[in-house]
Amino acid sequence: MPLRNYPNWGLLVMLELFLISAIKIAFVVGVALGAMPFVVLFERKLLGWIQVRPGPNRVGPWGLLQCIVDGIKLFFKEEIIPDQADKPLYLLAPALVVIPAFLVLAIIPFGPTVHVLGRDINMSVTDLNIGILFFFAIASLGVYGIVIAGWSSNNKYSLLGAMRSSAQMLSYEISLGLSVVGVLLLAGTFDLRTIAEQQAGGFWHWYIFQQPLGFVLFLAAGFAETNRLPFDLPEAETELTGGYHTEYSSMKFAMFFISEYINIMTMSAIVTTLYLGGWTAPIEHGLLPPWLAGPLWFGAKVFVLIFFFILIRGTWPRLRYDQLMAFGWKIVLPLALANIILTACLVALDSPWWVFCLAGLAVIFVIDRIVTMLRRSTLRAA
Amino acid sequence: MGNVVFAIIFYALVVMVLVSAVAAAFLRNIVMAAFALFFTLLGMAGFYVLLGADFLAITQVVVYVGGILILLLFGVLLTHRSIETLELETRGTYVLGIFGGLLVYGVLHYFLFSVSWPTPLMKPLEPTTAAIGQLLLSKYLLPFEVSSVTLLIALIGAAYLVRRRDT
Amino acid sequence: MLQAYFPVFLLLLFGVGFAVFTMLLSHFIGKKKPTPVKLSPYECGIKPIGTARIQFFVKFYLIALLFLLFDMETIFILIWAVAFHDKSIQVFALIEMVVFITILLVGYAYVWRKGALKWR
Repeated sequence: MPLRNYPNWGLLVMLELFLISAIKIAFVVGVALGAMPFVVLFERKLLGWIQVRPGPNRVGPWGLLQCIVDGIKLFFKEEIIPDQADKPLYLLAPALVVIPAFLVLAIIPFGPTVHVLGRDINMSVTDLNIGILFFFAIASLGVYGIVIAGWSSNNKYSLLGAMRSSAQMLSYEISLGLSVVGVLLLAGTFDLRTIAEQQAGGFWHWYIFQQPLGFVLFLAAGFAETNRLPFDLPEAETELTGGYHTEYSSMKFAMFFISEYINIMTMSAIVTTLYLGGWTAPIEHGLLPPWLAGPLWFGAKVFVLIFFFILIRGTWPRLRYDQLMAFGWKIVLPLALANIILTACLVALDSPWWVFCLAGLAVIFVIDRIVTMLRRSTLRAA
Repeated sequence: MGNVVFAIIFYALVVMVLVSAVAAAFLRNIVMAAFALFFTLLGMAGFYVLLGADFLAITQVVVYVGGILILLLFGVLLTHRSIETLELETRGTYVLGIFGGLLVYGVLHYFLFSVSWPTPLMKPLEPTTAAIGQLLLSKYLLPFEVSSVTLLIALIGAAYLVRRRDT
Repeated sequence: MLQAYFPVFLLLLFGVGFAVFTMLLSHFIGKKKPTPVKLSPYECGIKPIGTARIQFFVKFYLIALLFLLFDMETIFILIWAVAFHDKSIQVFALIEMVVFITILLVGYAYVWRKGALKWR
């Protein structure tokens, strides 16, 4: 019988565990879903300014209510299920995209451990000791929703978008996994809370300074993994109308939209935790109590990264598909492997942090020179 | 109280794995059949978590659900007749299937009951990642390197696949 | 340790609930006036020709295959990276990983040369 294998917690322990988890989940999901309309609005405003137009400005002051109104509108929209669609799979696909997006929120540490009512409460939904691996595992599940959505719609644009998107996500997942190894070599753990704590005590402890190459590679792979410009080929509007969610309407479309933005937020949060010190302050100040300063710093860093995501979207051209695949397989992947060997050698030699920094920057510089030279020679040949 | 909750989760997983495995075997739409395996393999990862094998659970999800099943799904989408139901069920395939199934079960049954399982049942479950890493670098060094050679052979096979198409 | 996975399970339940609830709600709120044209696949106003369920480019299968192989290598490298922190085995572990990655690179170079990474 499996009964005796499991911890026999009493009713009170169970109730406490349930209550604490429920409160944390409510907070994290509430923040993610609550911030999402404003991230969307911020993106549209910023893109508007980059393109010298005002952006949304009709609903509410400064267009503040625009995205909330859009959300309500989507609820009342007509639900269309194409009659040639494979109905069970067609209905399952949005759920398969949104559930992994929520699940990843569980492992993000957004604050230190605080002491409440005689208990030590970690400011994160949970701390898995396989933390970052959990992120990779769940992120790899996101591919299913996209493939299933594209196939079940019975629409050519959807299927093309789905195949493109899935091949892209698969390719960059490897780069994502390999580029993080540098940080793991330094940290010696998968646990995201421990990784964040190791970077406490000032911004010069952040892993971005020891892993400049890893940071750039991880960020590039992260952009591709979340299907953002310049890697947004699956939904390149000019080629594929809407990509894999062309045939989706009403709340089913909203699910794809919500998960896309939650994925951007979690990706920013993971980058923050791995490379930018997580919730720890850039300079020790002690002005605010830690339970308040932690989440504030964390939010600020995530916001800066989201701002960066949008800036890139507003200013970079889209890659061609063959360029995209070549970038992932022929540039990011070998560089990530080089970064692993380089970092491992430096860790074995007990190098100070600035050696890591200089070595990483040197590699970036050399690669940049080589790529520029190659491009010039191909241009001259053409 | 706690063990009852876990037992409920365990049996829910059992139902999920069994139902989806049967569905994978009997659904006539092969895309649906391939997709049913998604729940079977995820359920297996759930068992690993309940057994305290966290790294194994993650590997199950990354390799089987995120890799092999995707490959299977792509393969199904590549075939001409993915939407048509395949008429494979003749008496011969049934007999062959039942015979093969019994054979696999027999082998599993033999090993299940001939091996003694040294499980310290009442110990609290501990994280496994560090221990696995240590073992890979010491006791299981040879399998570790041999696995890389195996993967190399597989890579060469994949490249061969492209070459065949070009000629 | 199971304690840490309980919130993940709760969040999973929440995600399923969220998906089912919102889809059902919009199903009941939204108006429905289906017409044959509305329910046909969208192709920018042109009548769709044939089915979308065509045989697919074999290249995607190859990408999935390569992904699977590199994915397993990644798992090995990740677990090695965490064990690497132990000072006593560091040099040994480094040599071991250099061997591992070199073998991987041989396969990678072969795949590159055979044009499997080229997208046409």
